Amino acid sequence: MDSSKSSIMNLGIAMGAVVLFFVAMSSIFGVQTTVAQTINGLDKGSAYALIALGLTLIFGTLGVVNFAHGALFMLGAFVTVALNKALKLGFVAEGAETKAVGGFTFGGPKETLYVEHWFGEAMGQSIADWSVPLSIIIAIPLMILVGVIMERGLIKHFYKRPHADQILVTFGLAIVLQEIVKANFGAMSIQAPEPAALVGAMDLGTFIGFEEGAIRYPYWRLIYFMFAAIVIAAVFAFLQFTTFGMVIRAGMADRETVGLLGIDVDKRFTLMFGLAAAIAGIAGVMYNPIVAPNYHMGMDFLVISFVVVVVGGMGSLPGAVLAGLLLGVLESFSSMREILEILPGINQVVIYLAAIIILLTRPRGLMGRKGVMED
Amino acid sequence: MLGLNKKDTSLLLLVAALVAFAPILLNPFPEGSALAQFNAGYPDLMQRFVIFGIFAIGFNILFGLTGYLSFGHAAFLGAGSYAGVWALKLLTINVIPAIIISTIVAGLFSILIGYISLRRSGIYFSILTLAFAQMAFALAASVLTPITGGETGLQTNLNDPRILDFGVREGGNIPAPSLFGLEMGSSFQLPVAGWLWTFNVGYYLSAVLMLIAFYIAIRIFRSPFGMMLKAVKSNQQRLNYTGLNTRPYMLACFVISGMYAGLAGGLMVAMDPLAGPERMQWTASGEVVLMSILGGVGTLIGPVLGAGFIKYFENIFSKINDNLLHQWFAFMPDGIENVLVAIIHPFIGKGWHLTLGLMFMAVIIFLPGGLVELGQRIGRLFKRRKSDDTSGQTTPAE
Repeated sequence: MDSSKSSIMNLGIAMGAVVLFFVAMSSIFGVQTTVAQTINGLDKGSAYALIALGLTLIFGTLGVVNFAHGALFMLGAFVTVALNKALKLGFVAEGAETKAVGGFTFGGPKETLYVEHWFGEAMGQSIADWSVPLSIIIAIPLMILVGVIMERGLIKHFYKRPHADQILVTFGLAIVLQEIVKANFGAMSIQAPEPAALVGAMDLGTFIGFEEGAIRYPYWRLIYFMFAAIVIAAVFAFLQFTTFGMVIRAGMADRETVGLLGIDVDKRFTLMFGLAAAIAGIAGVMYNPIVAPNYHMGMDFLVISFVVVVVGGMGSLPGAVLAGLLLGVLESFSSMREILEILPGINQVVIYLAAIIILLTRPRGLMGRKGVMED
Repeated sequence: MLGLNKKDTSLLLLVAALVAFAPILLNPFPEGSALAQFNAGYPDLMQRFVIFGIFAIGFNILFGLTGYLSFGHAAFLGAGSYAGVWALKLLTINVIPAIIISTIVAGLFSILIGYISLRRSGIYFSILTLAFAQMAFALAASVLTPITGGETGLQTNLNDPRILDFGVREGGNIPAPSLFGLEMGSSFQLPVAGWLWTFNVGYYLSAVLMLIAFYIAIRIFRSPFGMMLKAVKSNQQRLNYTGLNTRPYMLACFVISGMYAGLAGGLMVAMDPLAGPERMQWTASGEVVLMSILGGVGTLIGPVLGAGFIKYFENIFSKINDNLLHQWFAFMPDGIENVLVAIIHPFIGKGWHLTLGLMFMAVIIFLPGGLVELGQRIGRLFKRRKSDDTSGQTTPAE
């Protein structure tokens, strides 16, 4: 069986299973609940999908199992935190040192924020308000830089070593990264809110003919899902429609031959590592308003993301995305009260259970290629 | 002796001597001197040395011999701990049944997890074990609260049944775990000319069990069974082609390893009858991986060294603070002193994990054999200097 035929079959099997799942859920809980739970699971699922996409890119190109990928997600989230901190920096303008009211001074000298000083008060305030989306602009080059430094400085030396060594050294790196963040930002979670215009929820149900208030969905989570969809689509388009992407795909399939054709594969793979780091980073940036970041959030996401990669199939990019979304939705369904009453605590373990079942019954994952890490 | 060859016997005797005199050896600085804070010879820390030593020895039997990297070993430690506390609550305050039961429970638990996880190898095995451990952790912290005490943990109570103690109740205090009336926490203190040596019951109980565990590990390493496991590590495929089914060997190895973890968990609650879910978290599993790698994976003594090393420096580094640093560097000019303190500051106290992570990375990168390899390299260096012997090769001190 040639590979394109088998991958189409894989896709068919996976899609069939998904459709079956939704039909079963709709018949048990009704269509409305099913749609609501599915949408609920999509935002978390898209975070899983983004991290798993980066992990798979790294594994597919460089063959490295990167345990520090969760830390990159966390670093991205803290780019926003750092930006927020920087935006709060101010100075005391001359002549405005005290504002005396009735002989008492209140709140010390009045500070002028740098950002308001440079851009004018109104502009400065809206910059501070939109700090989360704005920090993407900083996060992308920064995270690419971090990724490239990581690959050139450390990972490069581990290509020939066993997978266990790669796991261990990146695990060590993850500890170091999160401890550095902890030393600078403390151990507490720091909230970075969404822009004021995007606070609140919308009534999604009315668009598709459900009764009012059936599916209330926060704007930001909707944005997160769309953002993830755009990023994923962009990555796929990049790989599919550019020459650079073609070389990458060729390198993933057969690195040696591409090298023999006189193409410097290493340099391109290094860039892919940077890109994967950037994807994790911006996924972290945009996740800020949903969950306040703390220094160990990366580790929490990492474990699940690995499960996602394995469920999707090691080295399969569509598999990673599909599995991420599916597991997110599965998690959301298992948190329903009706299910928790039958199987208490299932929401905590459903992802791991799914992974165990997949690993035992379908060794190459949902959409993995035959023979890739199948032992 | 005891079926060991000469080299192993001397290694065992050396470890036994070190462990027996640890309360003296680990207290090299007189009481009240400026360096007394570097002493490690107090019961709490010494207990941790040997208990984590057992844990790491067990982990090493799995990872060192077969190369299967389990990222969920703390689940067995946690299961053992919970079983141990329940034995202390329901049966008797004597620690012997608790330790035995926790070992057995961890063994049963590892049969279950091992049977499933060992169907896959490589990174999949790591992820399967990790998934199981995370499941155990999540369940222990939430749904299994009646059994595990939830987030707060499980501990002994005054009103526990303790059916084997036949209603012997001492006053209004929660009885402390004991060995036939000898409390784990009790110690004999011997002041000798400025030094204070503490000989603790709990420590010596753990130490004896660690020596037994160490002896069994040596026997496993040297046995045909151990050879089989090493063969799995070097080339499992070839082993399968010769018609051997490796799975029973692997499962046996996994269960032995899990029972070591359970023994460590049982000893932990024997020293301090409290078990919480964080003992099962994957960071705890990561810690035992760190210990084994840092000490020298696949060697006999390495994991014990690694466990001692990490626990010692965890204790010492997290104790050092800025004031202490200022004291040490007081002899320097103020400017240099402040710069030095500022440089060292992130690595001490609460930043100890940063130091640990950096050390761990350095070991993986430069010294895959850990502390044992470091020792061998230094030893070889000296040997070469002494005599220009061409055969500089030493056999690894496995």
